[in-house]
Amino acid sequence: MSFEIVTAPIDLETLKNSVRDDAHGACVVFEGWVRDHHEGRSVLRLEYEIYRPLAIKEGERIIAEARERFGPLNAAAVHRAGLLEIGEVAVAVAVSSAHRDEAFRACRQIIDLAKVRLPIWKKEYFTDGSAHWVNCQRCLMHGEDALNVGHP
Amino acid sequence: MQVAITYFAAFREMTGISNETVTTRAQTLEELFREAMVRHPGLAHEPAALVAVNDEMAEWHGSLSDGDQVLFFPPVAGG
Repeated sequence: MSFEIVTAPIDLETLKNSVRDDAHGACVVFEGWVRDHHEGRSVLRLEYEIYRPLAIKEGERIIAEARERFGPLNAAAVHRAGLLEIGEVAVAVAVSSAHRDEAFRACRQIIDLAKVRLPIWKKEYFTDGSAHWVNCQRCLMHGEDALNVGHP
Repeated sequence: MQVAITYFAAFREMTGISNETVTTRAQTLEELFREAMVRHPGLAHEPAALVAVNDEMAEWHGSLSDGDQVLFFPPVAGG
């Protein structure tokens, strides 16, 4: 059971092997990819900022909660930090269990909670040269002006 | 009392600093954030912002102790 933060590309085979178990007949892997568009705008690349100590602690808590809810299963997740190009894997979650239902449901819960609870921030760089922090309302209003005048 | 504040992501860009140590009379984390908005006029309140103290998630109405390490998290967006 582990939650990891990495800067190098995510090794999906290693992730999958880490949940392998002869008693488990189902393995569900979710991959989150860097998409080339967001709300109609063309995205060039993404940057993830992560507060590692708390992200790992909360990430492991989220995995433990899935085990408590869905029963015996193996789960592991990895999130990338830093600059990512279109098509790269930003996050991956692997879950194995005796049968598929628990694996699907646990995997879904882990990725859903990871998106809302972990101290991870995503900055989108658009093809027009602007950038903004995702989910940050004030940034949407002020961020682009700030960037144009070279504000930090 | 004295507390250390760290600003992340959008909050760091809004304040122009990563961290600072402040002397405060704030009773709650929310009050501490309001004081920060006065010191840093670029800092804006975000409804989905989160706060942590000494590497544990905390509540905005939670209290402060001398020497606390306070982390102000703008709305998160993992995945």
